[in-house]
Amino acid sequence: MNAGATGFGVGAALRRKEDARFLIGKGRYVGDITRPGMLEVAFLRSPVAHARLKRLTKPAGHEQQVFTIDDLPEIKTIRANSALPGFRVSEQPVLARGKIRHVGEAIAACIAGSRAEAEDLAGACELDYEMLPAVSDMTRAHLPGTPLLHEDWSMNAFLETHRNDDVSGLDAIAAAKVTRTLRTSRQCMAPLEGRGVLAEWDPRLEQIIVTTSTQMPHVTKSGLADCLGLDEGQVRIISPDVGGGFGYKGILLPEELVLAQLAIRLGRPVRWLEDRFEQLTAGANCREHHYVITAWADEAGRLLGVECDAIVDAGAYSSYPFGACLEAAQVGSILPGPYALPLLRCHTMSACTNKPPILPYRGVARTGVCYAMETTLDALARQLGISAEAIRLANLVRPEAMPYRNLVGKVFDSGDYPEALRRAVAAIDVPSIRARQAKGEAVGFGLATFCEQGAHGTSVYHAWGIPFVPGFEQAFVRLSPDGILEVRVGVHSHGQGMETSLAQVAHTILGVHPDKVRIVLGDTALTPYSTGTWGSRAAVMAGGAVAEACRQLGDRIASIGAGLLQVTRPDVVVADGFVRRIEGEGSVSIADVARTWYRAPQNLPKGVDKGGLEVTAGYRPDPDTGTHSYAAHAVVARVDLETGAVVLEDFVVVEDGGKLINPMIVDGQVLGGLAQGIGTALYEEMPYDGAGQPLAATLADYLLPGSADVPDVRLEHMETPSPWTTFGQKGIGESGAIGPPAAIVNAINDALASIGAEVTDLPATPERVLAAIAAARAGKA
Amino acid sequence: MKPSRFSYKRPASWDDAVKLVLAGARPGAGTQSLGPMLNLRLARPDTIADLRHLPDYAGVSVRGDTVRIGAGTTHAALEDGVVPGRLGQIMASVARRIAYRPVRTRGTIGGSLAHADPAADWVAVLPALGGVAVAFGAAGERRLPLANFVTGIFETALAPGEVLRAVEVPMLRDAARWGHWKFCRKIGEFSKATACLLDVPGARPRAVLAALDGPPMVIDDAAALLADPTGEARRIVAGCPGLSPWRQAIAEAALRHAVQGARA
Repeated sequence: MNAGATGFGVGAALRRKEDARFLIGKGRYVGDITRPGMLEVAFLRSPVAHARLKRLTKPAGHEQQVFTIDDLPEIKTIRANSALPGFRVSEQPVLARGKIRHVGEAIAACIAGSRAEAEDLAGACELDYEMLPAVSDMTRAHLPGTPLLHEDWSMNAFLETHRNDDVSGLDAIAAAKVTRTLRTSRQCMAPLEGRGVLAEWDPRLEQIIVTTSTQMPHVTKSGLADCLGLDEGQVRIISPDVGGGFGYKGILLPEELVLAQLAIRLGRPVRWLEDRFEQLTAGANCREHHYVITAWADEAGRLLGVECDAIVDAGAYSSYPFGACLEAAQVGSILPGPYALPLLRCHTMSACTNKPPILPYRGVARTGVCYAMETTLDALARQLGISAEAIRLANLVRPEAMPYRNLVGKVFDSGDYPEALRRAVAAIDVPSIRARQAKGEAVGFGLATFCEQGAHGTSVYHAWGIPFVPGFEQAFVRLSPDGILEVRVGVHSHGQGMETSLAQVAHTILGVHPDKVRIVLGDTALTPYSTGTWGSRAAVMAGGAVAEACRQLGDRIASIGAGLLQVTRPDVVVADGFVRRIEGEGSVSIADVARTWYRAPQNLPKGVDKGGLEVTAGYRPDPDTGTHSYAAHAVVARVDLETGAVVLEDFVVVEDGGKLINPMIVDGQVLGGLAQGIGTALYEEMPYDGAGQPLAATLADYLLPGSADVPDVRLEHMETPSPWTTFGQKGIGESGAIGPPAAIVNAINDALASIGAEVTDLPATPERVLAAIAAARAGKA
Repeated sequence: MKPSRFSYKRPASWDDAVKLVLAGARPGAGTQSLGPMLNLRLARPDTIADLRHLPDYAGVSVRGDTVRIGAGTTHAALEDGVVPGRLGQIMASVARRIAYRPVRTRGTIGGSLAHADPAADWVAVLPALGGVAVAFGAAGERRLPLANFVTGIFETALAPGEVLRAVEVPMLRDAARWGHWKFCRKIGEFSKATACLLDVPGARPRAVLAALDGPPMVIDDAAALLADPTGEARRIVAGCPGLSPWRQAIAEAALRHAVQGARA
């Protein structure tokens, strides 16, 4: 059953089924849904970063329309714990209680017939608070004497981690040593659709139905039931079309809990739609890292060791379910990247500050870590006088070493990392860039290589001890009486094209045309449990589960078909939508098998499986330590020495995602991630002032790359199958967002090498580039 | 966010518009700036007087050597060449780089000028082109020189109760040289430094440096700038207080590029 051959199965660049509705504006999002009698909610949010909340005076005559935490005592605080030793867990009230810990923290929910009127109410509330000094600098948050956000803690840090390899002897033997202080800015995820919640109580089912823009409906359901003290059966989460997730929509929001409790309390549907102002100033924070990193290498550029002190600004609370340490605590395990690193000394701190909680964003930790490692490698190469390619080739894990366990215990499944790098370099005319540099042009060539662990499962996550652990992924498949195949999975689709990729998987196993495969997603009442779509896992996990369920269903179909053909099970195969005799003539269509089971059971063979044409099957790769896709990014950048502006002249990506289920969708994933990576590299920055005030409240201030700012990317694939997954597929959804900052800044620094300037902080804005040039010139003078 | 409650009025005559504005109404044109300000509740007018349906609000007419451009003329119309001749060419080249086309189809030259955002394109360009703003108030029309129409951040020379009715700009001969340069990190971003230079043979060259933290700086005689762009740009920018080193650098670059453009 090689479905690629039919043009519809695994490996086919099929156009996306779901685009039929998206392209004509018929997608259905939370904001498109209304209910009779529905009320709108606006949140009164804190204007200050750190304060004691003394009193809220509700607008006279509207007291019943404004709800504080005192009015909703049923809702427990959100606790996203971790089993990592030393973790300090935060208690996040869904509405501020006693204390305010960041600008934008919700203080009261205001309800009215329209959003504008609800905002009027929020504006008419009077807040009385006593200001406290704000903690806004992550590098100083932990120092003694700093005001504590959580007053029962001993310092403003969720967690510190240590890895203590002995690097003290390296100074004596190394041919080169570099130390860099690097910084990445706080960013805000910006999915086109913001968060949105519509909650309604169903008195018949005694169930709260929460329609919410989430990428993890089942985890949201568990969190919601926990915090509201409900049975899980009393909660149904519906996630309709979701306009981009990127991690932000994996988070259980305080707003979701408030809306659900309000719907229960009022017996009326209530809705809240996040607006861009809330998203930027109160919600989707991510990615603020600070590194002091030292690396040692021998003459050939082989790494002898790395020492790193990393701080991540985790904000005020540990968000549910991933917690406050997903970024910092992974720095040490991601730093070795795709390289054979012998020694690593690493200290990390998840600083607690008066900012919104840091949330996982596509690439989670890797984007910053890759930036730190790859720019440091280039600095080493410059010191050694070898090329950026040479230093990487000296350290990349070699294909013959696969599967490879690195010093922190990550297991790389397969691939030829050096070949990806060589291809990326070969795609660029490097000599012409050197010639332009020789003429004095500020043009540069930059590389980044990295690998992306995806679909890592139980064995990796149980040690984190966060509120969920991914286990076996399940899929439910049902052959309908008319021969339509229905597939239900608990992962979700928010741009990934799952309705197409999973139909291709089903087609590969059963031969049912993808048009006759219905994928059902995004409803906890209709789909089997899944932790959802995150961590580049859906193609591997749901793909594997759908394949397994289809295989088992195929076996039942084959048994019935064999009976109808009056032969035995081993005499037939399922192919192209038919049960066919292996030898000799004779076939019966899958649709006829279905008709027989449902409508003519008198014709079923004896001993038929009584489970019928519905199967729920589970899947988990073995080992489940994750697939490792990898890529090499090569960039040509030109710097305008007058203004500091950077132009990307060329961008090459060589990517290996294993067997590609749908290469066109994979291209889309890589390109979309790349645009976000370019945003991290050059544009996106949410500055906070010393008082903890966010300074980019609109998209006029928070710059996202537009279509004109993303160059035409040349994308090449390698396809090294993972030995551990159903089709050899690997998780690849985040890859595009990981490499660009490192590759772009390396290209900038190459362009500035003759001046001796280096950019260290992201994004590499014209102002920062010009400052680096000025600093280098001042140093020389 | 959603706007706070306001009443919407659509005056049918300029006199009615002025009455509304005198009574406190906020004039609205293309609402490309006012709209977001309403949504963010930075502006909370009781009443918005929508000027878009006033007679002759949009459109261009030529009288002698002067072109009168109705305040409601959209950037898109200017981009598409509604103004004739060399002046029209110049204005089209400016208009096509204002934000995005969807913004340009609604945003107006008069709205932008009256809003007086220091980073706005017409705020920088019109003082260089010369001419006058036509204000309309209770006493009728009043002409104010464009060179100092914008007096500060979001501040203009319009008197209370006056609305901007049109701008009148002198037509240009084909020999007029023009340079215009602005620094935006991406299309649609507000400019961080804008400069333009108009050099008409036989007249004094005029330059403007804008997108500063205040009104545009008009350089009435830019001959020195044309003669020594680098040195003169440095001298001009050194006279602008409060700019960071980077803003100084791009302001100087803007002036140099404006000269280059006018020489090309």
